Amino acid sequence: MKTFKGGIHPPEEKQLVKDNPIVDFPLSSRYHVLVQQHLGAPAKPVVKAGDEVRKGQVLSEPLGFVSVPVHAPTSGRVKEIGRIVHPVTGLLAPCVVIDADGRDEWAEGLPMERDPFAMSRDELLDAIKTAGVVGMGGATFPTHVKLSPPKDKTIDTFIVNGAECEPYLSSDHRLMLEQPERVLKGAGVVMKILGLDRATIAIEANKPDAIKLMREKAPAEIQVEALKVKYPQGAEKQLINALTGREVPSGGLPMDVGAVVQNAGTCAAVWDACARGIPLIERITSVTGRGIVQPKNIRVRVGTLLREVIEFSGGLNGAAKIIFGGPMMGIAQFTQDIAIMKGTSGVLVLREEDTNITDYSACISCGRCVEACPMGLIPSTLSKLGEKGMWQKAKENNLLDCVECGSCTYVSPANRPIVHFVKHLKALSRAASAKK
Amino acid sequence: MKNISASNPAEDPAREQATKLSVYVSSSPHVHSTEDVPWIMRQVIYALIPGALVGVYFFGIPALKVIAVAVVSCVVMEVLWQKLTGNPITVKDGSAVLTGLLLAMNLPSGAPWWLVVIGSLVAIIIAKQLFGGIGNNPFNPALVGRVFLLISFPVAMTTWPEPRSFFSQAADATTGATPLGALKTAIFEHGTIAAAPGMNLMDPFLGNVGGSLGEISALALILGGIYLIARKIITWHIPVVYIATVAVFTGILWLINPEGYASPSFHLVAGGLMLGAFFMATDMVTSPITNTGKVVFAAGCGVITVVIRLWGGYPEGVSFAILIMNAFVPLINRATRPTKFGAVR
Repeated sequence: MKTFKGGIHPPEEKQLVKDNPIVDFPLSSRYHVLVQQHLGAPAKPVVKAGDEVRKGQVLSEPLGFVSVPVHAPTSGRVKEIGRIVHPVTGLLAPCVVIDADGRDEWAEGLPMERDPFAMSRDELLDAIKTAGVVGMGGATFPTHVKLSPPKDKTIDTFIVNGAECEPYLSSDHRLMLEQPERVLKGAGVVMKILGLDRATIAIEANKPDAIKLMREKAPAEIQVEALKVKYPQGAEKQLINALTGREVPSGGLPMDVGAVVQNAGTCAAVWDACARGIPLIERITSVTGRGIVQPKNIRVRVGTLLREVIEFSGGLNGAAKIIFGGPMMGIAQFTQDIAIMKGTSGVLVLREEDTNITDYSACISCGRCVEACPMGLIPSTLSKLGEKGMWQKAKENNLLDCVECGSCTYVSPANRPIVHFVKHLKALSRAASAKK
Repeated sequence: MKNISASNPAEDPAREQATKLSVYVSSSPHVHSTEDVPWIMRQVIYALIPGALVGVYFFGIPALKVIAVAVVSCVVMEVLWQKLTGNPITVKDGSAVLTGLLLAMNLPSGAPWWLVVIGSLVAIIIAKQLFGGIGNNPFNPALVGRVFLLISFPVAMTTWPEPRSFFSQAADATTGATPLGALKTAIFEHGTIAAAPGMNLMDPFLGNVGGSLGEISALALILGGIYLIARKIITWHIPVVYIATVAVFTGILWLINPEGYASPSFHLVAGGLMLGAFFMATDMVTSPITNTGKVVFAAGCGVITVVIRLWGGYPEGVSFAILIMNAFVPLINRATRPTKFGAVR
């Protein structure tokens, strides 16, 4: 079975939620839609307090090419342009607060019916940007940018990422099982945009039902590939390497080796955007972990508060850590008053015994982190430099190649928070270059 | 890690009161392998038990005493030092227990208690704590302790009680030579190995020979080593390459001149090679971090061991070889860095 070099195999823990069908999250009375839900230039709110909005209506305009709008998740009135804690930065960030009117009425002309395969490449890209589609695996990079490689890059490989290598999470798994057509048709649209006549759907072997179903449903030009269960199999560079043997050059992008990767959920969103003009206002999220009473896979509107999601899932039970995303790369939250975003693939609630809250000790140079690092780095050295804040030296030791997958930190017997040190060093490096 | 209680300050106070959340907040990843430092140290200690038991079987209660004194004094030294210097007490990580056990296994069973205590002091205080404690020592602490004693107390350190069954231990235990010692004497006195007495292989394989109390049974040590490899505590690189280098080096010389040199199979089972290759050279802190580095390191250990055994003043060279190669570890690490993913070739 295809895979990459390095990596780890933590307990999968998918059994908690993988067999729970997707349920619709009920309509809330109030939504907090963050204006910045994507990687790149910010967007600017275009509504003001008191405005009536309809479901799917644009709330913010993108500023620049690498930027996307956000949309109203339901119909109602704008209460205010407020501020709410951003799940990624932990800082207060602007959001559009919408009081729902309960009618859940679509904006004028939505949803529409059109044939994406009759549309031009530029029309499709515009539809994707207008719908605010971003990478839904968690990185939230604007999808239209990824699908617009510069002229000098020849793209010959398109991979649909259904690996879902993060433990616990099953949102992509449920999507592929319950709505395979959306994923496959979306993949077809992406192939048209890229001018390719073939694609590969990559799924980790721990989802045999999804692999089987996809093989049944996929057209001949879309190949389904089972991957070895190993973290971080779904990381873009590792996925390309496993399937094609190519290595994205250090500091480069997948397009440098002719590859484009899109998450399965992103493909589904691309289909909605292109075929029906529906913006990205809801997503499938796994609410799971032993700290939540009833783990669920929910179809939830962007802007729904975490507090409501937790209540809907039976409440907390001995929660020690609340995480947006998976246990390996997700972000720990300190309040329930944060909102679901386009990139929230999971809400994970860990109990104390399932998480890691012990202190760290000195590195014993066991080399486990070196074995685990999928990027061929020496994480132990980075962690020692991190303790001293030596970011220049760390850059000489390939600091910027680290993808923060957490494999090194998972295996470190001294429990060294290597990813934490790497983030710290990168921040120091950024601050220094900002000063220049 | 900080335990943060918080709620959205933008919300009204009554609601905040009702929904106070007390959770941990820290960087990802949020899950961790269960294999921590104390677990690793425990595994190595388990793997040493067969070798230690063989030592106790052949050398009796004195061997047990040496082990007990070494372990206790290493632990006490570490605690005392960390108390005196106001550093956190790290004795629970198990490394001091392991150092004590390893030191004991590298000592003759007849070593007096004060000798063992001095060795522990050198190992823990000088070789480990003065360099910054666990993880920061360039040289294997147990071997520094042993070599210090060997140089400072050569007579006590080379008085080897004869092995005998645990059940026939007599008070007037006699002493004798180790196989490698007998070999060296024969070459010095007669210029040929033919004069060395009884060089059978089964006795050192099982442990029925003179020597340090933990090194005598190649079989028991190999069993422990296989356990460590199976549990993924160590990789095969250091033991296999170390042993293979010794076998090849001595094998070539033996093929050229079988009268002048002992057979490679003798060199493998005699002396401290198995203890060194599986347990001393594989010390994580003092060996290279990459597998390529481990191969280089182990080959160096093998060559130096043979050079000392054949042409050096000491009959055995394992301890010196490992300590010398310990000094090269930073250089080896630098020279054997892995190629990063996507390196521009």
